[in-house]
Amino acid sequence: MPTTRRQFLSLAGSITAAGTLPIVTLRPLQATPAMLNGAIRNIVGEASVRTGRVKLDIPPLVENGNTVPMTVSVASPMTADDYVKSIHVFNEKNPQPNIGNFYLGPSSGRAQVSTRIRLADTQKVVAIARMSDDTFWQVVADVVVTLAACTEEMN
Amino acid sequence: MAALINVPAKAKRGDVIEIRTLTSHIMETGFRHTVDGKLVPRDIITSFICRYNGAEIFRADLFPAIAANPYLSFFTVAKESGKFEFEWIGDNGYSSTASASITVE
Repeated sequence: MPTTRRQFLSLAGSITAAGTLPIVTLRPLQATPAMLNGAIRNIVGEASVRTGRVKLDIPPLVENGNTVPMTVSVASPMTADDYVKSIHVFNEKNPQPNIGNFYLGPSSGRAQVSTRIRLADTQKVVAIARMSDDTFWQVVADVVVTLAACTEEMN
Repeated sequence: MAALINVPAKAKRGDVIEIRTLTSHIMETGFRHTVDGKLVPRDIITSFICRYNGAEIFRADLFPAIAANPYLSFFTVAKESGKFEFEWIGDNGYSSTASASITVE
């Protein structure tokens, strides 16, 4: 009886399971949009996120994803009863959806944070601000990356 | 570890001042492999705290997506003369501190 493709594959599968062939484990190399949403929900909970008030300064085209300058600023008077509690930055396609969480207070004076980030692919970057009244505001920016970060080989 | 701190030496009371910090750290993501296929273990700074005369004014959680040699800039209101203290905490027991003083008139 000729071996069918199905028989061959099931045989190969059982050999692999028995450990006689090297086991190749697959690991997601990219965060998926679902992971991005999950990471956002971890911060936001059930609250709705409105678009606006947050500004994300990031180059639309970057040559080197290993260090991408980024500034998030939020329109807020930063007074004792109306200020930004925190700023959260997420990405869509790095191995992990979080980039950073930044906690401010009324004594910050200005709701603005800058840092340098890594981007593994052309993707969306999302910045969300939590206000003192626990409303959430977001902005989304698209970034084109020509040299990816994070997953390259080490020499 | 070496850290670069940029805080104005003098400010007027009530001024909003910018604080810039840069520290040297590899920020190994834990997602890279060596040429022979071994995973390079994660080694990052996970947390940064800035205190102004003992009171926390800024805190950050960092992830592998922060570039090597983490740079952070943020703002605060100059309230009184004194000292800013900076603290970086990371994987494998990493801890580093720095400080800067300011005169508020």
